[in-house]
Amino acid sequence: MRMLPVLSRLAWRYLWRNHRRTIIMVGAIAVGAWAMIFMTALTRGMVDQMIRDGISVLPGHVQAHNPEFLDDPSVSNRIAMGDEELAGKFDAMDFRAWASRVRVPAVITSERESRGVTLLGVDPEAEEEFSFVSYEDVEGRFLETPDDKGVVIGRKLADKLDTEVGKRIVIMSQDPDNEIADRGFRVVGLFKANMAAFEESYVFVGKKTAQKMLRIGDTTTEIVFVGDDYRNVDPTYQRVSEAVAGKLKVSRWYEVDTYLGTMMKVMDGFVLIWVIVIFLALSFGLVNTLVMAVFERIREIGLMLALGMKPSSILGQIIIESMFLLAIGLGLGDILAFASVKPLESGIDISVVAEGMEMWGASSMLYPKLYWSDMVLANVVVLILGFLASLSPAWRASRYEPVEAITKVG
Amino acid sequence: MSSVRCVDLCKTYRQGDQDIKALDHVSIEIEEGGFVCLSAPSGGGKTTLLNAIGGLDIPDSGEVWIAGQRIDEMSKGELADLRLSSIGFVFQAYNLIPVLTAQENIEFVMQVQGVSAVERRKKSLAILDEVGLKGLENRRPAEMSGGQQQRVAVARAIVSRPALVLADEPTANLDSKTSDELMTLFTELNRHHNTTFVIATHDQRVMGYAKRLIRMLDGRIVGDIEQDAA
Repeated sequence: MRMLPVLSRLAWRYLWRNHRRTIIMVGAIAVGAWAMIFMTALTRGMVDQMIRDGISVLPGHVQAHNPEFLDDPSVSNRIAMGDEELAGKFDAMDFRAWASRVRVPAVITSERESRGVTLLGVDPEAEEEFSFVSYEDVEGRFLETPDDKGVVIGRKLADKLDTEVGKRIVIMSQDPDNEIADRGFRVVGLFKANMAAFEESYVFVGKKTAQKMLRIGDTTTEIVFVGDDYRNVDPTYQRVSEAVAGKLKVSRWYEVDTYLGTMMKVMDGFVLIWVIVIFLALSFGLVNTLVMAVFERIREIGLMLALGMKPSSILGQIIIESMFLLAIGLGLGDILAFASVKPLESGIDISVVAEGMEMWGASSMLYPKLYWSDMVLANVVVLILGFLASLSPAWRASRYEPVEAITKVG
Repeated sequence: MSSVRCVDLCKTYRQGDQDIKALDHVSIEIEEGGFVCLSAPSGGGKTTLLNAIGGLDIPDSGEVWIAGQRIDEMSKGELADLRLSSIGFVFQAYNLIPVLTAQENIEFVMQVQGVSAVERRKKSLAILDEVGLKGLENRRPAEMSGGQQQRVAVARAIVSRPALVLADEPTANLDSKTSDELMTLFTELNRHHNTTFVIATHDQRVMGYAKRLIRMLDGRIVGDIEQDAA
């Protein structure tokens, strides 16, 4: 530590000895850091949106089911508590939103086609907060009350069934006694979802209508809770677990929807890989700069060693020089990234390529999201890798024999 | 007590297909407070001997003792400590650190030694005055003449009052007037502080200042005489 001031002073002065080279390298690091953070913000925004949309489709942040339901999702494995009991338990718990719903496999039949679907009996008011269906964008109308007699299906499913708003379809499932439970519905609305699979798979009917059709009284099969942050669902999970006291199986969203959970993990991995790939490109410039910086002052390094500076101090000096270079570049890159992402956080219209994006669940508006954790990750990874990259030239510099270094023709 | 003792030093360099004997069984002893000139034609071995004494170069065989410590068996770290605490170097080419000012160059060794900033400043300004460079403390080497740079190098070598100063052709790039001033400074330091000087040179005028003149040829000592210094 005693040597830090003198090493820092030497490193700083040597850094600016060839200021043109330093400025070019700082610029390269700044652009690299900006690219890392900006691209991460774009991807984060897109994946966040996809996950948020995905979570709001059905999983919410936390779900509760009959312990058997996830293995056998039939009404036989419904939640033993009725709507009133659930409301008494959860209304006072101040979740951002919660809702109980009927969710069972079913078959939908038009006069032309039949399809296997997931039947959702929902309370439209309770689910509006987190439903993936924008009620206003529904062609026709969405359900209005839990005992609405209409059905809302996806546009793609309507195409497959060759049906439309106003026509009748039949939905068929099983009641708790494994008897056929069916009912005719009039299509009152066609919803549009980000993912084509949602439009083909989900069918919405009123909760009470579904309960009546399935002959399950006022019980449901699924309770969904939404907390404040989908990345931190443990507080909600704890509260729900305590409230149901082992009677129900409580699951986090990424346990229920492993695709979305995997997507989040892949995104975290992608950010790291992206940062490392950019850094690898930068590292060639960094190492080259340091090798040149060492090469052009071999005599001076020899002189310092001859005067009594230890090889470890020479090593430290080169590493500090590298850290200065990286810190300035990263600082500028961070400022650039912040200045370029913040104005775009209100959304970028990518409707030109929206068709393709919607295929895999992204919306036509992209909301770049700058997370401090991503900025810190990019900075820390670059500093650590930069440290490692600078070890080789620094080590070489510290290994010079003073007498040989001093006599080098510079 | 001897300040420097070399026993049977040998050092061979390979140059192309030829082995060059830079030191060929060299033994010398220099007392504390000595003022010695090593004189030899180019390639005679004086710089190699100086480097061996300073722990910058390790001989192939033989022993080097500085102030009672055998240094040819020391580690790099121990040698660095020894050079830092006990030896001042003045090299032929000015060998200042170009990114530091005159004062910072002088303070460099003290800073590595861990001397406080106040004391460093006091000593560096005093020595700058002593070598006649008062007012030039903020100049970088590129902004000074050759003579001024060499005086800064001398100031750096002596500022922490080392017991031994090793100088390799210190006047090679200086005019005669500056050379005389530098040698007068060395002589005064030798007299007043009992600093031991070992100077490698082939400048006859410099040799005139020495109390003892050791002549070398082809890596061997061919003459060793005491003389009246100028």
